[in-house]
Amino acid sequence: MTATVEQATGEQGPAHAKPARRRLSDRARQERALGWKLAAPALIVMLAVVAYPIINAVYLSLFDKRITDPHSGSFIWFRNYKVILTDSLWWHAVEVSTLIMVITVIIEFVLGMALAMVMNKIIIPRRTLRTIVLIPYSIITVVSAYGWQYAFAPTSGYISKWLSAISGGAFDSNYDWFGHHWSALIAIMCSEVWKTTPFMSLLLLAGLAQVPGELQEAAEVDGATFWERLRRVTLPSMKAAIMVAVLFRALDAFRIFDNIFIMTKGSQSTTSVGVLAYDQTLTRSEVGLGSAISVLLFVCVVIITFIFVKVFRTDLSRVSGD
Amino acid sequence: MAAEISPKAKAWLAVAAVPIIIYTLLPIGWILSLSLKGGTSINDRNYFPRKWSWDSYKYIFTGGAHDLFVPALINSIGICLIATIVGVALSAFAAYGIARLEFPGKRLILNTALLTAFFPAISLVTPLFNVWRSVGLYNTWLGLIIPYLSLTLPISIWTLSAFFRQIPWEMEQAAQVDGATSWQAFRKVVLPLAAPGVFTVAIISFFTAWNDFVYATSLSSTPGKAWHFDGAQTVPATLGYFTGKSNFIPATGFVAAAAVVVTIPVVILVLFFQKRIVAGLTAGAVKG
Repeated sequence: MTATVEQATGEQGPAHAKPARRRLSDRARQERALGWKLAAPALIVMLAVVAYPIINAVYLSLFDKRITDPHSGSFIWFRNYKVILTDSLWWHAVEVSTLIMVITVIIEFVLGMALAMVMNKIIIPRRTLRTIVLIPYSIITVVSAYGWQYAFAPTSGYISKWLSAISGGAFDSNYDWFGHHWSALIAIMCSEVWKTTPFMSLLLLAGLAQVPGELQEAAEVDGATFWERLRRVTLPSMKAAIMVAVLFRALDAFRIFDNIFIMTKGSQSTTSVGVLAYDQTLTRSEVGLGSAISVLLFVCVVIITFIFVKVFRTDLSRVSGD
Repeated sequence: MAAEISPKAKAWLAVAAVPIIIYTLLPIGWILSLSLKGGTSINDRNYFPRKWSWDSYKYIFTGGAHDLFVPALINSIGICLIATIVGVALSAFAAYGIARLEFPGKRLILNTALLTAFFPAISLVTPLFNVWRSVGLYNTWLGLIIPYLSLTLPISIWTLSAFFRQIPWEMEQAAQVDGATSWQAFRKVVLPLAAPGVFTVAIISFFTAWNDFVYATSLSSTPGKAWHFDGAQTVPATLGYFTGKSNFIPATGFVAAAAVVVTIPVVILVLFFQKRIVAGLTAGAVKG
């Protein structure tokens, strides 16, 4: 332990340690040792569950490995990646995931912002509202998916029936939502948006609470309308909170799996990247190809994060708790 | 803030709450309604049940789906509780170190947590499936508990670090002045102060594990027999295997009843601990 501490101190010790600590070197040393002892188990578990499998996935992705075929498993370099990247199935899945991500995050942001503003100002059912809004967040995604699937289904659902009644019969009350690409996507996105908007709105609410009240008042006194205040004062002053909330939701939406798996199983070309990875490994036993898709999915996530950090200047240090 | 709002605006805000409440409760009411519709009326396409019946609940607890649902429920509860307890314990130690102590490598831990949270669980499924099958962890409790830690640890570490920073640390110093070691100060003084934050993180961790479908559906195959622990499939993954009693009665009502059963505990937690959950969800993401 002492050796590690010495080594670690050499790396960035003096610059990092506070001046007061330098005098108490024994105490500082003890503190460092304790810090590592406390943090090490969590770090080791995270590395074991995430770093090891992903390295394993990169390794497996270079092999032609199929579980059902004992003779498979020859090293084929990057051929799996070539197979995937030249297949329209992959690009279509990327398209579906991207589409779902962009549309749901935009809707969630608009709805979530409206919700947050109501929750921020509301007085009468304040507690009730904050409690009720938490319910979709706490509901299992699979349960939300089943609920929406049954609601849209032409055999058991009420949605087509209601739409037909509202439109005076113009909408077919037996419309098969899961029989067409776009309508199936709408059903999937309904489930996704319903479940995750509350989470978004709570993050936005926390950001909203940090907007200085004096600025709002000053703008109001100067005669700014509601929209002007929203656009010029509120949104800019909570930009950092917004970007973090949007990034979180975007990454979550891109890897969408549960809703699609339950509602369509990927039929009507609704296969997302996540569903594609699952199908290759679990349904078709193609561990090599499945691993390559997993690695590519991770690359997509890195690209999205990179775009957020570089283009939208999302400050990740706000997230990492330091 | 409250004083600035005119009675008129107050009334409008109360009106604005109505669509929000409908938006939130409509899908939940629908699932509840489906679970209470008896027999063939499941396909009557009415939002509210015309004839109430407990048949679906009887079917999943004592009837045909009993062997599927009851062990899956035991697995869900057991696996999620263990994953929560282990995850919270590990993250409490780590967060204490991060919030309280000065040591190199703090950033490494926080960044690892961030990376882990950004990591798509579905990306880990293929390698874990492959490794678990060869080491015998496939379809076991441990085989799900371990990946669940990857879901719960990052958020627990941030949230707890944020909570721990707000604790009055003078008390800990006072204890140390009185001769307590760092460890004693942690256990006797800090832990009681930190308990509310730890509890909040435990609820959020439990929700996260309870919600999982990706790992459950790919790393387990059967719920096993009740109390035999010979399978690990949890309720979300088992729902898809429900079948109707006959061709005329689809599984819809049974899935809905099971969905209601697994929703009840989380709704109860939300009702009782609303304030804490909100604080926990936002503490990690937005610096206060």
